[in-house]
This record gives sequence, structure tokens and C-alpha cells, in this order.
Amino acid sequence: MQHLKPARSLALASACVAALWSGAALADPDLTADLVIDGELHIVTRAPSDDIITPNLPERYSGWLFRSEDTRAMEMDDFENPAMIAVEAGAELWTTVDGTAGQSCQDCHGDAEESMRGVRAMMPHVNEDGVLWSMENYVNNCRTERMGAEAWRWSGDEMTSMTSFLSLQSRGMPVAVQIDGPAAPYWEQGREMYYTRYGQLELSCANCHEDSTGQMIRADHLSQGQISGFPTYRLKNAGIVSVHNRFRGCIRDTRAETFAEGSDEFRALELYVASRGIGLGVEGVSVRP
Amino acid sequence: MLTRRDTFAIGLGASAVALLPATAFADAVEDWITAYTGGAAMEEGGVTITAPEIAENGNTVPVSVSAEGATEIVLVATGNPTPGLGRFTFGPGSGAPMIATRIRLGRTQDVVAIAKMADGTFKTTRVEVKVTIGGCGG
Amino acid sequence: MTDVRPRIRLPRSASAGDSITVKTLINHDMETGQRRNSAGETIPRQIINRFTCEFNGVMVIDVAMEPAISANPYMEFEAVVPESGEFVFTWYDDNGEVYTATEAFEVS
Repeated sequence: MQHLKPARSLALASACVAALWSGAALADPDLTADLVIDGELHIVTRAPSDDIITPNLPERYSGWLFRSEDTRAMEMDDFENPAMIAVEAGAELWTTVDGTAGQSCQDCHGDAEESMRGVRAMMPHVNEDGVLWSMENYVNNCRTERMGAEAWRWSGDEMTSMTSFLSLQSRGMPVAVQIDGPAAPYWEQGREMYYTRYGQLELSCANCHEDSTGQMIRADHLSQGQISGFPTYRLKNAGIVSVHNRFRGCIRDTRAETFAEGSDEFRALELYVASRGIGLGVEGVSVRP
Repeated sequence: MLTRRDTFAIGLGASAVALLPATAFADAVEDWITAYTGGAAMEEGGVTITAPEIAENGNTVPVSVSAEGATEIVLVATGNPTPGLGRFTFGPGSGAPMIATRIRLGRTQDVVAIAKMADGTFKTTRVEVKVTIGGCGG
Repeated sequence: MTDVRPRIRLPRSASAGDSITVKTLINHDMETGQRRNSAGETIPRQIINRFTCEFNGVMVIDVAMEPAISANPYMEFEAVVPESGEFVFTWYDDNGEVYTATEAFEVS
């Protein structure tokens, strides 16, 4: 395929895209659905768009609105939501001493319900040194610099359990990432990536998640690609999927070499994509197919 | 212990399954059901299966089944590598002959429920569950 | 996260003789024996093959589970509570391990 001349390759890519979208029945998000957890906690799944971040979206929709009734229901009950297994494991890790300093997360940060409230809503965030960090970076920084413990793998069980637990402390709070000041160059980099076509299929994030929201890609509904629900329990994986893991899957699906989880590129993209969901409620731990 | 000849035969059997999936599946399902009922006739109806018409992912399909008067219910997949899903036996402490669980379905297929009644007779019903192939199987 | 942690949900209250809805979830891969690892080798089957629930020693439900039960198996069923007492939930792993959870329940 890489030996094809550019013109031919372009035509082929267009054919593939056409094939992917053929028979695209309009399947709009279900705007009548209301996300309420355990009959108590309402989570915002629709937020107003704006002219700066999402000029091409009429409104911001959580991916939850695009799912089937059964999948939606699984997220509405904390017992039936299998992601809560990871949250419980994360809660245990929070109080577990690890590393040469003999400390647990709790020893410094106290009760996560108070100290971690709102943290997930502003991730990723520019740290004191001016570097954009995802929540995973903050966690590993604590582990290696303060606890004297080993860094966790980005999408390993411990890390996804911890980020699930931390995310839950912001459940229901609106996504509120900072995109100006020191974050501005990262946000610009992320936006650039969002509109860049990748891979042999020459697809950008926007081709699917902005131009074709609500349409079908084979048998799957295309959502707006919001990440307000992450970390998410994917039925397919029967486990927790991180934002960067999902990015990797998307880019691989364009038949491209993907960036690494935790890379500069994915952190920038995470900031930009998070900003496209400003105002949507953090779902803490969502359920997606 | 398996002899080389047995191994060869098993190998052949496996190949045949691979070559003739539809027929082999049907036979395997029939055999499985006959083994369970002992070949007894089954009455259609009297069993209720609740499952999505279209499952967003075949890996986790919510399904519930109930049958008034049943002492046991089995669930059978007609298009999986192996037919059995589960056998649910209701004890004296059971409040109702019902169960809800989550199952794996490899492709679009019928799910069959067979209820064994207190008098030893069988009732059955089936529903089709369409399993979609996601566009973004990340 | 290889720790197996059973989760149980019972209603807050019930009267003696009521039928109550019991929900259980346990984290387990339910490895089917059909999958291959990246080296192309078959990953051996390891599932929870049986689940039981008893209340005060009386069997509520006994489930024979197959590999087609989804990972992190979920079971929801009805149990009669003639008096206050204790639920015992038991999961049997292919590897011989047995996981047990108990839950006290008060009737009014």
C-alpha cells in the first residue's frame, strides 16, 4: 500500500471512507435521555457550544447519549456498573503504603472525597514547571518523587483503578479545563492534531466526530468523541480504558502508526478534546460498548 | 490416555467443525438440548427471555429469563463455539424462578431457554439477538 | 488487581416472608480457553464454573456457569427471607479456589 502513487492512494482512501459510511442511517443522539445515577445524581450530558472551541458543533453531547438503552442503563446504577470494581480497587490503593518513604496517597492527601474533588474536571493541566500533565502524570510523579515507589504503567490495572477512583471524586462536576495562558500552546497543538488526517484512510478526528456525528460507522454510532466519561468500562474489553488508550485505538483504526500513551502528542490532544466537552458533567466511570 | 489415532480423529472433527460451521453448530445445539431433556418433548412458551434486539457489543449482553413453575432453567446459545451458557437451579429459598445475567454472544444468533417444570416436563422459548460489529473495535 | 472482590446488593429492608431481589457481581476474567495470546498460544480456560447462594442454610439458587458468561459475572435473582439471618454466596473457580461472601439480613 505504501508503494502506491499519491493520487491512487488518495482515491483508494476515499473509497474506503465511502465504504465505511455507506448506508449511513442518521442515528441522532437520544436527546430525551436523562443520565441519573442511582436515582439521585444528575449528570449533564448536553452543554452549549461556543464559537471558539467548537464552532462546528450545534451543542456538546456526552457519548452516553449515543449508546443503546441497555448500555446507558448499566451506567445509571453503581451496582450494575462494572467500572465500580476498579473504583473500589483504586480506593484500596489510595490507602495502601508503597515505596521507600513508607507512605500511602492518603498520608499526604487525606480524604480523597475532599482533597481530590474537582481534580478530574480540570485534567489535563499545566504543572508548576509549565508542562502539560495528564492525571496519570500527577499520580506517577507522586509515586516516584514522594513515595519512592515505581511508576505505574499508563494503562495498567493499578493506574486505571486509581484514575477511576480519582475521577469519581469529580463525578457530576462540569469539565473545566484551562486552555489559555500557559495551556494555550498545548491546546493549539491539540487542535492542529484534531484536524490532521492520519493513516492510510486519511481520516482526522474531525472527519468522524465532528463532520459525521450521529451517523453510523458500520454498525456503530459515531459520537462527538467526548472524553468526559473517561475512564470508561468498555464492554468489549471487559475492563477500564484510558483516554490515551482510546486515542491509540482511533488512530490505529485510520491505519496509522499511533503515538504512545502518555506522549506529548496525546497529552496535547487530550487537552483539546477535553475542552470540546467543557460544561459536560464528569461521568467518573462511564460504560461504553 | 489419548492414542495417536484418537488425536487424529479429534483433529479431523475439529476441522470438520471449522469447515461446516452452520451444520455443526446446529447439530451441537441439538445434541446439547437432547442431552439435557433426555429427548423429551418441549412445550413452546411459558418461558420469557428479555434480551436486547440489538446488542451493542456481544461481549456483554444483558439477558434475563423467567418461567413460572420452573425448578430449573438452562440457557443455550445457538451460534457460539459451545452451546451452553448456564444452568440455573432454583432451591427452596428461591423467591421466583428468574435470573438476570450477562452473556457472551459471538455473532447474531438465537438464545434458547429451556425450563424444567416441577412435574418433570419442559417448556422452551427462543429470541434472536443481533450482535453488531462495531466500527471502531479498538 | 488480581484480588477477587465480590459485590452484593440487597434491599435495605423487607418483611418476614418477602421475596427480595439479590444482585451479585464478582471481578473475574472468565477466560474462555478460546483466546490466543500475542505469541499465538491458546490461553487456558479459567472461569468461575459454579455459583451458589444460600440463606440460613437453605439453597436459593445454584448456577452451573459456562465460558459464555461475561467477564465480571453478574447474577440477579429472587430470594425468600422467612426470618432474619445470613446469606452465603460462593463462587467456584476452575483453579480450585473458592470465594465466599456473607451478608446479614434483618427482616422487620
